[in-house]
Amino acid sequence: MTLLTFTLIMFLGAFAAGFIGSLSGLGGGIIIIPLLSVFLGVDMHYAIGTALVAVIATSSGSASAYVKEGITNMRLGMFLEMATTAGAVAGAIISTNAPTSILAVIFGITLTFSAINSLRKKEDHLVLPNESSKLATQLKLNSNYPTPTGEKVHYGMKNILGGFSMMGLAGMMSGLLGIGSGAFKVIAMDTIMKVPFKVSTTTSNFMMGVTAIASSVIYLQKGYIKPSICMPVIIGVLLGAMAGAKVLMKANPKKLKTFFAFLILALAINMMYNGIMGNL
Amino acid sequence: MKKINDIDLQTILGNVLRYGVWTALSVALLGGVLVLFTQSNNTVDFSSFIEQDHNLFQVIENVLMNVSKGNGEAIIFLGILLLFLTPALRLVLSLVAFILEKDWMYVIISLIVIGIITLSVSLGFSH
Repeated sequence: MTLLTFTLIMFLGAFAAGFIGSLSGLGGGIIIIPLLSVFLGVDMHYAIGTALVAVIATSSGSASAYVKEGITNMRLGMFLEMATTAGAVAGAIISTNAPTSILAVIFGITLTFSAINSLRKKEDHLVLPNESSKLATQLKLNSNYPTPTGEKVHYGMKNILGGFSMMGLAGMMSGLLGIGSGAFKVIAMDTIMKVPFKVSTTTSNFMMGVTAIASSVIYLQKGYIKPSICMPVIIGVLLGAMAGAKVLMKANPKKLKTFFAFLILALAINMMYNGIMGNL
Repeated sequence: MKKINDIDLQTILGNVLRYGVWTALSVALLGGVLVLFTQSNNTVDFSSFIEQDHNLFQVIENVLMNVSKGNGEAIIFLGILLLFLTPALRLVLSLVAFILEKDWMYVIISLIVIGIITLSVSLGFSH
């Protein structure tokens, strides 16, 4: 394949990945990996490195908007980054030593889990600051966020250590597979720590970049990052994500979500099959 | 000393993230165009992974050396490095903000995060 053909296919594929990632709420990175490795025959290690670069680009881009709105809880983000960066370093070290087939199977399981999780009905929590756990208060994690009408919603949180451990796992999956691990972070913050939905999504996005550089340093040194693959992919994913966000505002997100969750499930099974058969 | 309030910090961080990403992407795109103009008919094959063992500083030195020669691929790589620098810069800015607020607990937490990332530089390659 010539570089020109490769770049064009890559760009279109990444556009589709960004589009689907944004509609399904799973993020583009997680869809880039099967696309590159199963359909375009790129080695899984390069696919992982490329996906991580795409994750940094999309998360920093959208985090800039959220941070300005004042919804992101920066103390919570910084506190949990201790867990995610440590996990990411561990994950990246495992990744550089693990055989491709095992990575493919772990990836397939993670993708399946994320797809199912995206369909689960999510419960929004509001823990009042005076119901907050003692540790949350000591760590100054209680905060507030503005509503569109200008009021302030004050909130607290619980189960800090449980959430912190889950974040360690999220970071490890991120370092192992080059993904943003959104699904794991949502479980840590929403389900375990009972952080309000708006705060958890924006804070999770805010943390992705820092988590990703912890493993990207290792990827860089090991040669996972190939400029010719990354360039069309970053641009394609960003444009695809923007297009997806536009469609989301008009279409019925529930039906789209279900459709894409099944599509992603099929990708996951394909990935595990190819991994076990040693085709990757 | 003026206490930096969270809104100022949020505006600064938001701008750092936004302009950082746009700068990085523009540089990468420029490199990409250059690569496509000069070597679009070259054959590419990424089907097998060739593991490398450079340390971060060698990687950066290599990239900068080839950028000065006008190598398109190195320019894309520079864009990717700038992209990595964006969250790193926001980490350092958060540290500064916590120092200005004299919030020593979060100064320590920020330093631990920076420490873990620094550690990954030496863990990445076999010595």
